[in-house]
Amino acid sequence: MQEVIRVENLTKSYKDIVAVDNINFSIQKGHCFGLLGPNGAGKTTAIEIMEGIIKATKGQVFYYGKPIDGSMSQKIGIQFQHTALQDFLTVKETLNLFTSFYQHTVPHHELIELCDLSEFLNRDNRLLSGGQRQRLLLALALINDPDIVFLDEPTTGLDPQARRNFWQLIKNIKARNKTVVLTTHYMDEAQQLCDDVLIMDHGQVIARGTPRQLLNQHFDEVFIYLPAEQVPDELCLQSNWHVHEQQVEITTTDVEATIALLLAKKVSLAGLHVKSPNLDDLFLKLTGHSLRD
Amino acid sequence: MINFSRFFAVFKARNIEFFRDRSSLGWNLLFPILMLVGLSFVFSGDGRPVYKVGVLNLAQSQSSFLETKFISFIDYQDTAIAKVKLEQHSIDLLVNFNAQQYWVNQGAPNSYLVEKIFLNDHKNYLRIETQGKQIRYVDWVLPGILGMNMMFSCLFGVGYVIVRYRKNAVLKRLKATPLSALEFVSAQLFSRLFIVMFLSSVVYIGCNLIFDFYMLGSYFDLFVIAILGAFSLITLGLLVASRSKSEELIGGLLNLSSWPMMLLSGVWFSLEGAPNAVKVFADFLPLTHLVAGARKIITEGATLADISYHVTILMIMIAVFLTLGAYLFSWNTER
Repeated sequence: MQEVIRVENLTKSYKDIVAVDNINFSIQKGHCFGLLGPNGAGKTTAIEIMEGIIKATKGQVFYYGKPIDGSMSQKIGIQFQHTALQDFLTVKETLNLFTSFYQHTVPHHELIELCDLSEFLNRDNRLLSGGQRQRLLLALALINDPDIVFLDEPTTGLDPQARRNFWQLIKNIKARNKTVVLTTHYMDEAQQLCDDVLIMDHGQVIARGTPRQLLNQHFDEVFIYLPAEQVPDELCLQSNWHVHEQQVEITTTDVEATIALLLAKKVSLAGLHVKSPNLDDLFLKLTGHSLRD
Repeated sequence: MINFSRFFAVFKARNIEFFRDRSSLGWNLLFPILMLVGLSFVFSGDGRPVYKVGVLNLAQSQSSFLETKFISFIDYQDTAIAKVKLEQHSIDLLVNFNAQQYWVNQGAPNSYLVEKIFLNDHKNYLRIETQGKQIRYVDWVLPGILGMNMMFSCLFGVGYVIVRYRKNAVLKRLKATPLSALEFVSAQLFSRLFIVMFLSSVVYIGCNLIFDFYMLGSYFDLFVIAILGAFSLITLGLLVASRSKSEELIGGLLNLSSWPMMLLSGVWFSLEGAPNAVKVFADFLPLTHLVAGARKIITEGATLADISYHVTILMIMIAVFLTLGAYLFSWNTER
């Protein structure tokens, strides 16, 4: 598989703060690459250096084997985390404005269909909902038919339905063999969309692989949850049994044996649920603090 | 090199943004009109306690007429200048005692009355008629009001907008495209120039229908000095906004730039009697040269050659502000 981006020894410092600390990785063509981590982990700084928006203090980024330069802006698409659009322009006029910036562009009707813009095409940018705004920003990121699309926390602030709609748009983009670089602190989003993830904290890489590889590598147990009032106190004294927020969390590698034990102790199984570990749990295990801290 | 397709797209987008912002557009049109109407109402009375008679070489003139009470006599050395003052109704009669001739403004009632008094003593003097529209305070203050409106529109319309774009990451989004800083900045500057000239022309033409403004010079010359003045103010706005990301700071800086101009650039009153230090300071303000140049064209019929001093200073200011503004300009995406 072809390597689209390679990051070598990348470091970015702001005065006394090291936002990105000597990170190395590569991104394969056609993959959805997830850059994960809590707020302040260095994800946005890393992605903006890859986009050529800010300069690295040390290290280099290679695009198809060549150091990035100004010509890269014709070939990439970007959706920033926080971007305002020009007031008083309609969606259609905004598309026209951005179309004029590029040599090669996607026909508008394709973008409108891909990003589902038709119902608010003549609406003033100021009057768009959060989801509509993100869809327009995605369309702007795709307007030059880029090889690679950078999406920086594109679903932050969206309601659950809008988030799921946006995930479908990203899947549609992937289906067109585009490479997607996605930063997010929603682990369910990364598990849904990413072929390859890199977890950062304090500017450093703390894990790298496919979501399945990472979970298999770090977990061989599952979690069983029961309402706390149903479980006798003596059972909760075992080392892999923890009480959180009126629930007992049992970490086990053998679900059948654990359920047999509960039945033997005549514990009611009403309200029992079993959960496989996810990237949230992985992050907690690797760093000792929650992703959304 | 500028890509004109990108330049024109940003130019057009900025114009659309301005003209669709009804509140801003309305204020830009209404403010100068309200000022002119208000000033013309406040200063509609004559207010002069005496008649004014211009005398060529007053020191060498002798006449009992010069003893007349309630007439103020003003000395002139240059006949042409004195005649312009008579035509503008700034004086009511002009007399050359040595040549035994006098000029009277046919269209001025005061001129008629003073002539009656003058003829009691000097029946044999040669009478020369002239005519001209009275120059009112509203005619005199017009270049100042329009210039001041242009100044606010240029400084805030460029400076404030660029900082707002920078603060809410519109600039960052544009930087991520192939649009160059030169294309973006030029589009902003020319868009504002177009907006300011368009609005000023609409206000001038509209108010001219009501006030019938005095105009001795050429409209083309007035347009040229207005463009130079507007561009110098726009480039000053760019320079002030070249780096800042704070709307509060830029508001303060723009006020710091605009208030001295509003007070010391001759918008409301002439600086002729002001201390020399104030005049020197005012010379460094672009609005001073815009107002002075436009006023000379309107009230004295000056040509661009006559106001070449103001034209040159404005061109130098444009070059300095533009060079510094372009050099210091930052998309400012670094945190």
